[in-house]
Amino acid sequence: MRTIDMATTPLRDLNSTLQAAAASGEGQWEIVNPKGSHAVAVGLDGPIAVTIKGSTGYYCAGMNKAAKIHVTGSVGPGVAENMMSGHVIIEGDASQYAGATGHGGLLVIKGNASSRCGISMKGIDIVVHGNIGHMSAFMAQSGNLVVLGDAGDALGDSLYEARLFVRGSVKSLGADCVEKEMRPEHVEILRDLLDRSGAEAKPEEFKRYGSARQLYNFHVDNAGAY
Amino acid sequence: MDKTPPLPPRDSWTFSPDVNAEIRRAAATGIYDIRGGGAKRRVPHFDDLLFLGASMSRYPLEGYREKCGTNVTLGTRFAKKPIELKIPITIAGMSFGSLSGPAKEALGRGATMAGTSTTTGDGGMTEEERGHSQTLVYQYLPSRYGMNPDDLRRADAIEIVVGQGAKPGGGGMLLGQKITERVAGMRNLPEGIDQRSACRHPDWTGPDDLEIKILELREITGWEKPIYIKVGGARPYYDTALAVKAGADVVVLDGMQGGTAATQDVFIEHVGQPTLACIRPAVKALQDLGMHRKVQLIVSGGIRTGADVAKALAMGADAVSIGSAALIAIGENDPRWGKEYDALGTTPDAYDDWHEGKDPAGITTQDPELMKRVDPVDAARRLHNYLSVLTLECQTLARACGKSHVHNLEPEDLCALTIEAAAMAGVPLAGTNWIPGQGGF
Ligand SMILES: Cc1cc2nc3c(=O)[nH]c(=O)nc-3n(C[C@H](O)[C@H](O)[C@H](O)COP(=O)(O)O)c2cc1C
Repeated sequence: MRTIDMATTPLRDLNSTLQAAAASGEGQWEIVNPKGSHAVAVGLDGPIAVTIKGSTGYYCAGMNKAAKIHVTGSVGPGVAENMMSGHVIIEGDASQYAGATGHGGLLVIKGNASSRCGISMKGIDIVVHGNIGHMSAFMAQSGNLVVLGDAGDALGDSLYEARLFVRGSVKSLGADCVEKEMRPEHVEILRDLLDRSGAEAKPEEFKRYGSARQLYNFHVDNAGAY
Repeated sequence: MDKTPPLPPRDSWTFSPDVNAEIRRAAATGIYDIRGGGAKRRVPHFDDLLFLGASMSRYPLEGYREKCGTNVTLGTRFAKKPIELKIPITIAGMSFGSLSGPAKEALGRGATMAGTSTTTGDGGMTEEERGHSQTLVYQYLPSRYGMNPDDLRRADAIEIVVGQGAKPGGGGMLLGQKITERVAGMRNLPEGIDQRSACRHPDWTGPDDLEIKILELREITGWEKPIYIKVGGARPYYDTALAVKAGADVVVLDGMQGGTAATQDVFIEHVGQPTLACIRPAVKALQDLGMHRKVQLIVSGGIRTGADVAKALAMGADAVSIGSAALIAIGENDPRWGKEYDALGTTPDAYDDWHEGKDPAGITTQDPELMKRVDPVDAARRLHNYLSVLTLECQTLARACGKSHVHNLEPEDLCALTIEAAAMAGVPLAGTNWIPGQGGF
């Protein structure tokens, strides 16, 4: 385990050290004193493990590939944005746009996530142990968003093929988002994600939401829906 | 008594045949008109400016003999690896999806032959264009279709798209007809559905957030790549100032005549300011911040000739960018496909239903048969020729004004033919010393 202290190490040195370590593929790293810094541990590409002790600002773990990044505190907006693969775990809460446009990998938020969680997601899996805010999964294309708590207004507005699983209440559904039947294959997907994210919940307790696919091709009769 | 002479039928200016046709179209379909291209109405443009040329007080340079430089360096502010171009004319971002693979390849090859850059678009980076473009600018768009860190690192520069001149404030639209398996795969969406590209970025909202986003992109790419910010011609003074504040190396400013692959006609014709009106406010913002020539300004929207290029540079731009003209150079709207344009109910030069994917020229289509009509090597040669002509024309004008580099052109070399153009360009009305809005007589 190697430790980098952000009280004495500039961001550029931190990221270039981690990027080089990720490229060579090994290692366990601990980052101390992040103190809300932005763009911490971004652009990593390789199977290293990074533990960030404390809370970060915007875009922590941005565009992550293959690395496992664990934040013991909370994160600012855009955590794991555009993640390609790997595993990002947040012990605390996440601000807006968590997992935005992510293409793959698993993002676990053990606290709550704010608005627009999973916006425009493109294959990432996101598991939130707490609640999520409004407009989550807006225009979500693919992947799975699992919420153990409640969802805010306009969940899944204009979504495409992403699957949304919510255990608690949904304040309102967005345009073209509907509740769907939970089939055995969905129970399996959900069981696996709950398992991998250390969530204590049963798949049977969730409801599934997805696209009604009514807005896939523009038709004037639907103009009122936009 | 003579009979009262009959009056000829009289069209209304307000209810012209064009206007009436649109009313009938709207009444029949219930949907607004979507099309490609840029504004078709006449707005004040570079044609309304003239160069003064050399005279008693300015001496010219010898054509074909005395050197007139055309190179430009982009991204000198923060990037470790600025971009060096031989000519101040770049190829604008046009998406794979809206354009065919062979068309993108032709743009890459032609730009490379001319020593300039080309740009990806909504839909990600293709091998055709990366492989054939020596210098490739990678667009970072709200949709983030195909966005990934590997392509980010393979790019030579990154262009964050905030807006486009054709539709400042509007998103993109690629209709289902053009969503083939390949396009769908790159965008991670089902085949055949309409693809809306968002109008706002998903993970930042204003210039303060954008500054942090740029920090992230620089950290991911080791501070190597120039970062451009592209804005539509909406509020050019403040947009430019805020782009500088957010940390741009280069500002790309696209006026309302700028082309698009597809959007509502009402958007194209009624939103945004003419290119001519955008340049001086943007240059003023750079000057006020002490950043003119430090943060480079690229201007686009209706650039067609070397005269347009020279005038944009004289007004303070560092380079220009072309979209529509590049497509025309490689064969778009060519009269050789006249019969097929007729069959689509249009004519060469007027065809703009690019969103339908039936382009007879094989450029704005994903139809495998039609796209074969573009031979990337031949089309690249045509683009190269065209870029050479633009450059030679620009140099000719610069030499006539006594400039040893096209960047030495200045507003003092210009006058305006109309009061509107004089006001917008901030140069005197021909024959006067009057710049409307700036005193004089
Ligand atoms: C077919 C086509 C596709 C375009 N696609 C994009 C795009 O993906 N992203 C973007 O920022 N601008 C796009 N544009 C706008 C151009 O980048 C550029 O701003 C414009 O074409 C400049 O004006 P001009 O066509 O008059 O030269 C597109 C334009 C055309 C004609």
